[in-house]
Amino acid sequence: MAGAMDWAALSVSLRLAALTCLILLPLGIWLGRTLAYARFRGKGLCGALVALPLVLPPTVLGFYLLLSFSRDAPVGAIWAELTGSGLNFTFSGILLASLIANVPFAVHPIQRAFESVPRNLREAAWCSGLGPWQTLWRIELPLVWPGVLSAFALTFAHTLGEFGVILMVGGSIDGETRTLAIAIYDRMQAFDEQGAALMSAVLLAVSFITLGIVYGLAGRRRWISG
Amino acid sequence: MADLQVRVAQAGPIPLGADFVCRRGELLALVGPSGSGKTTLLRAIAGLYQPAEGHIICGDTPWFDAKRKHSLSPQKRRVGIVFQDYALFPHLTALENIALPLRHLPKPTQRDRAEQWLARVRLEGLGRRYPHALSGGQRQRVALARALARDPQVLLLDEPFSAVDQVTRRRLQRELALLRQQISIPIVLVTHDLEEATALADQICVLHGGESLQQDTPDRLFRQPATPAVARLLDRHNLFNATVIAVDGQRHLQWGRFQLEVAEGLDRFAVGEAVTWYLPPSDIVLHRRDRPSNGERENPIPAMVSEVVTLGGMTSVALRVAHGDMLRFDIATHAARRNRLASGSMVNVSLLAAGVHIMPGAHDLTRSD
Repeated sequence: MAGAMDWAALSVSLRLAALTCLILLPLGIWLGRTLAYARFRGKGLCGALVALPLVLPPTVLGFYLLLSFSRDAPVGAIWAELTGSGLNFTFSGILLASLIANVPFAVHPIQRAFESVPRNLREAAWCSGLGPWQTLWRIELPLVWPGVLSAFALTFAHTLGEFGVILMVGGSIDGETRTLAIAIYDRMQAFDEQGAALMSAVLLAVSFITLGIVYGLAGRRRWISG
Repeated sequence: MADLQVRVAQAGPIPLGADFVCRRGELLALVGPSGSGKTTLLRAIAGLYQPAEGHIICGDTPWFDAKRKHSLSPQKRRVGIVFQDYALFPHLTALENIALPLRHLPKPTQRDRAEQWLARVRLEGLGRRYPHALSGGQRQRVALARALARDPQVLLLDEPFSAVDQVTRRRLQRELALLRQQISIPIVLVTHDLEEATALADQICVLHGGESLQQDTPDRLFRQPATPAVARLLDRHNLFNATVIAVDGQRHLQWGRFQLEVAEGLDRFAVGEAVTWYLPPSDIVLHRRDRPSNGERENPIPAMVSEVVTLGGMTSVALRVAHGDMLRFDIATHAARRNRLASGSMVNVSLLAAGVHIMPGAHDLTRSD
């Protein structure tokens, strides 16, 4: 339908972005904190792996994911064993791909935030009788909150805009793997400039509103100095 | 309430070899230059650092015992600690900071107790402020209240006065001295400020390279340093080499061409033995030109005035004796004027025999500063 909004694509995009954030943020908090505080062998390697999706062209990442998601490869085989379905060209597949592609966007801001919490604040918490979990909950998380919000904003926005990886792994199946970004590309290919313009405007608005809410929340800290 | 015993040792990465005791109600100052392991020892007491060897015992409770691989977590040690930069939680108000160690109590009690502590450190009405809105002195008081709110068995203070201006520092020191009268737990203060240690501490432990060299009362420490190294760390002058001699069956010191009487401590040494001796500046008595007194018969020494530096009410004087050693002491500026002390003039001083403190062995006593 020329000039119309692809609501199914918007729904896929929003679901993908929300689920990616929901799954990736707890993981990002754990991994970011570990990379910031723990000392272990292979920490450099771990840091490099986290950053890798940042430097790989999305098509390269998508290519490798496509290969490893096939039923002949271990990841695809295990997934098929567990769920009975494949990963390539399914929503689960693009979700997994999106999780992997977004690791650096979720981990880095949180890692930096944990690194900027002075060591003696944690120690002061321990000496005040707070256990490790209470210290995390009452001291560390409130202090790294801006980093978590920033990770959320980056991950959400990047997922909405992701194109290459999703196209490689998911193709463009209506209501399943066709995200808004891919729908816009499809419309342009079909010379439906009006539809592409409408959907681009929607994507722009959704991204802007999300980021606006997130940065608004981040700025609402009464205790920040200055 | 109980005493704190610390004996820890390790070769590296931070070398330690410390052994000291802090009794309840007593304030022990750990002093030493930066890098002498003061803060590391404090962290070891708090359970934030584990040395390779030794033990830390609070009363009957072993907090740390390397042999038994036993170490209580910081949460279980019940220490109150004031960090050098206070480490207040920036996202909590002053009152919330103080209430944090009180979480085991019911909410209303927490609030009451925290308010009480706020009042005890004279911060009534500032409980709702965040740390960034408090002055340096106020932050330090919040940190102190937070440390004490836990009802600790030991209070640890890591350079608590270093981040405030001098006027505030004096006031906070006076407040700490007052507060001490109300608590009867061991207090360990880390400082590099000798004046502060002397003013506040009952006991001082001198540290160098992680090792405790001497623990004593400030007065005894300054009058009788155990070794020239301790004297040096305490910024003492008037350290000299001499030889033990016998004069009429009595032991004396041969110092240059002078034979010095010594009240006590020489019996331990054989005639002919090389020793180092120290004299507190207060035991150097300047002979008055106008009115000679009895004390002048005690170890009279002629010397040339080499340096006269007036710093307000006190004048610091350096005298050179015939063989080149320098005697240093301070006198009131008006006394320096009355005696017309000027560079190059000759004076006589008495070295009080009771003040002479003997240390074994000859040492290279040239000061690098």
